[in-house]
Amino acid sequence: MQLSRRTLLGSAAAAAALPIGRARAQAGNTIKIGVLNDQSGPYRDTGGLFSFAAAKLAVSEFAAQGFNVDVITADHQNKPDIGAGLARQWYDRDGVDVILDVPTSSVALAIAGVAKEKDKTYLNIGAATADLTGKQCAPSIIHWSYDTYMLAKSTGGATVRSGGDSWYFVTADYAFGHQLQDATTRFVTAAGGKVLGSSAYPFPGTSDFSSFLLQAQASGAKVLGLCNAGADTVNSIKQAKEFGITMRLAAMLMFITDVHALGLDVAGGLTLTESFYWDMNDRTRAFAKRLLPHMPQPKMPNMIHAGCYAATLHYLKAVTQIGVAAAKASGTAAVSQMKKMPTEDDAFGSGSIREDGMALFPSYLFQVKTPAESKGPWDYYKTLSSYPPEEAWRPLAEGGCAFVKS
Amino acid sequence: MIMIFGKPLMLLYGQLTLGLINGSFYALLSLGLAVIFGLLNIINFAHGALFMLGAFVTWGLLQYLGIGYWAALVIAPLVLGVFGVVLERFLIRRLYGLDHLYGLLLTFGCALVIEGLMRNNFGSSGVPYAIPSALQGPLNLGFMVLPRYRAWVVLAAAAMCLVTWLLIERTRLGATLRAATENAPLVQAFGVNVPRLITLTYGAGCALAAFAGVLAAPMNSVNPNMGSNLIIVVFATVVIGGMGSILGSIITGFGLGIIEGITKVYYPEGSATVVFVVMVIVLLLRPAGLFGKAA
Amino acid sequence: MFGFSRAQAIAFAIMLAAIAAAPSVLYPVFLMKVLCFALFACAFNLLIGFAGLLSLGHAAYFGMGSYVAAYAAKTWGVSAEIAILLGGLVGAAIGLVFGWLAIRRQGIYFAMITLALSQMIYFFCLEAAFTGGEDGIQQVPRAALFGLIGMKSDMALYWLIAGVFVLGFLLIHRIVHSPFGQVLTAIRENEPRAISLGYRVDDYKLLAFVLSTFLSGIAGGAKSQVFGIATLTDVHWSMGGEVVLMTLLGGIGTIFGPLVGALVFGSLETYLAQFGDWVTVTQGGIFILCVIAFRRGIVGEIGNRLRLVL
Repeated sequence: MQLSRRTLLGSAAAAAALPIGRARAQAGNTIKIGVLNDQSGPYRDTGGLFSFAAAKLAVSEFAAQGFNVDVITADHQNKPDIGAGLARQWYDRDGVDVILDVPTSSVALAIAGVAKEKDKTYLNIGAATADLTGKQCAPSIIHWSYDTYMLAKSTGGATVRSGGDSWYFVTADYAFGHQLQDATTRFVTAAGGKVLGSSAYPFPGTSDFSSFLLQAQASGAKVLGLCNAGADTVNSIKQAKEFGITMRLAAMLMFITDVHALGLDVAGGLTLTESFYWDMNDRTRAFAKRLLPHMPQPKMPNMIHAGCYAATLHYLKAVTQIGVAAAKASGTAAVSQMKKMPTEDDAFGSGSIREDGMALFPSYLFQVKTPAESKGPWDYYKTLSSYPPEEAWRPLAEGGCAFVKS
Repeated sequence: MIMIFGKPLMLLYGQLTLGLINGSFYALLSLGLAVIFGLLNIINFAHGALFMLGAFVTWGLLQYLGIGYWAALVIAPLVLGVFGVVLERFLIRRLYGLDHLYGLLLTFGCALVIEGLMRNNFGSSGVPYAIPSALQGPLNLGFMVLPRYRAWVVLAAAAMCLVTWLLIERTRLGATLRAATENAPLVQAFGVNVPRLITLTYGAGCALAAFAGVLAAPMNSVNPNMGSNLIIVVFATVVIGGMGSILGSIITGFGLGIIEGITKVYYPEGSATVVFVVMVIVLLLRPAGLFGKAA
Repeated sequence: MFGFSRAQAIAFAIMLAAIAAAPSVLYPVFLMKVLCFALFACAFNLLIGFAGLLSLGHAAYFGMGSYVAAYAAKTWGVSAEIAILLGGLVGAAIGLVFGWLAIRRQGIYFAMITLALSQMIYFFCLEAAFTGGEDGIQQVPRAALFGLIGMKSDMALYWLIAGVFVLGFLLIHRIVHSPFGQVLTAIRENEPRAISLGYRVDDYKLLAFVLSTFLSGIAGGAKSQVFGIATLTDVHWSMGGEVVLMTLLGGIGTIFGPLVGALVFGSLETYLAQFGDWVTVTQGGIFILCVIAFRRGIVGEIGNRLRLVL
């Protein structure tokens, strides 16, 4: 007891003393990447240390010539003030040149503010808000992998075309949930479908969805759109199954890691959108196979992990082009170079980055396989439809990004 | 179709039933909290974490030892009961006679540690647990289709509440317990080992939380955060019912579940807040809660 | 002056020197956050340490202060001191209503009613249009002081925040050592006796509550200026729990405790973040350790060793 108390005290003291011992800035020839995300809360499995592993893989495979690359990580605990505080400290003091990932829209928007103010690079993968390439856009920010618009268009539009023309939404009552619902409603009505109703439930803190599920069933709609994420989505689907809800389930944001947590006997049949699937082609399979041993737990990468890998790789290529000094001096310079070059990696194949910072790739509507269809571990998706890069994302003109001159 | 304020009556019946199911969790959890508060004067913030551990033990029993749901219904509460006894012996015991605040903070710390460790080991997306085969399938109630398992949850919770209530109000052990709540030194003077009674009571409260955890495991994903979502509402239940009142927390638990269920139909956004509105109103009208004795 | 004892005067001088010297060692934005939290904890300590009232809902006043200051600075373009002051006034206004409701109840019921009321504020902030829901109010410009002195640089803002903290600190100290503060202590120690002596106990409690919420609102407003954001984190009940922790860590009822507590807490939150997913476990462990072994808190323990009231 005495011993453990002392060690605990010691480590607490060491933690408190840490800032004093930190080096002010790194040597001029090192690019420093900071992976900032949720590592102790609800989103730790969709990003967390998995994203960190993916970024490190990109760094080791890139094997930079003539400069060093350092990757660090921290837990923003889903609190915008902690996130913004860490970001400022990283950019100002610790010589971090680029911040990567950052799930949770409120934290991502706070980081975007810091990146804009300090002209530093911010590669957003984990946050869904479409504002990062719209109202809150900045020339040093890139948004990769997915956003609310792309999810809504793919899942919303395609489901209506295949007969699911009347919808009921169960929506997490916060900005992300409403953004997703509004965007999906647009595509559903544009494709000739209609929305029969919706229930917004308190977020966070709701674990029983049966009440909303029954209201959805009672509305007579054919499709149940789940505008939520993480454990909420998992619970909604599980309870829909339990209550024998016969509607088609459309999870507006769901990752392969969530499907894994649910199990195919529950998740089988539902539709979702991702921009990456490990079993898509030889290159994605090779990428997943290389990444798997580095993951903290043996989980196949989802589109966030793939995005962290691909964005890191592309950033390092851009740095090689313009030089370390230029990349460190200006986030805009590094990001402009990233926009000039086509992207090329095993996870997403070839693609491009648009003026407003949107990385353009195809989006895929997947259906989760039933246990009978699945041939092995992680054989989870079959492709229902896809949008080419130029159609998947919000058109440049609609975003209202201020610095883009039309 | 009969409509009430623009909602079909059938739908309302369904929602009331669902409210009752949620209410049974509130009742079970607040019951344990009330028992602990009554005797130990400690607000057990770790209750949600213990509930979560109950669900995880259930999952672990199946995953690692192949022990199924019915056995888990007994084993998990026992395991967590022992865990509670250890917790009381080594930590909580040091705080007797101090302000409420310290017990609250200590158990809050315990909850943080437990939840953090579980997240580190099992991730945050949760692990699946299937409904036992005997309870699968729907039950047609006429106005709604109720999964058989949910009906079982209400019955099991109500039975457990009844047993606990009988134990405390109608047995000799219960009488001793109530006496110790009123005046511990006097009971000790009569030769009752009050410290041991306290330890066992805490263990029993934890076992009740674990029992609720087992019931919850097949319904929700077994998730390290599942307890912290509930704990504040359960607190409110105990306060509304009257701190330490057994009957109060049972009735309030079911009642709040129903109120919440109705709110989910008419104003779903407010369904988490309605509990606090009720709490403020009750405390302003009845200072010691619905069933509490005035100080 | 201000009723400092000699030891306290020395400690105060050390504190001022530390605040002046710290930015050359530690990162200013981090320090500003600590100072905001410290003022918040001092305000909370005024209630629990000197009036014996445990509020679990102080996040409401801190968070609303933060929202209002952010909104005023962003939408109306007011200067920094007005924004922060508005935050304090809103905190005090809500505190007046909530305090009036809550002080009729004692002990744990008081704590619970403050918690319930703060949950309603949380709900309001989630639903109201001006708060931006979950996204919060983002990219709030750093307003100039008196509309003249630019606050763009971190150091300029640091001096402002440090000034706000020291003023708040002295105000609290003055309150505690005024006749009013003496009555508060009397109520804390023995309320029936205070009543029998003819004091209108409820009025004293309410005034203490409003002062505390005013300063909490100031702290929230200052924090929104530091980070340029106001989000739901600030009004969530866990923020109300964190301020209890900070005060306890530093030492309940001590004068310098809340500052030390906020510093330790802020360091944990920021520097543990780099150890990945161990933040909550370590925080919980420190909670337990503190309650079991250092119930007087850091400053309280030091004071006890030195036989001084710090």
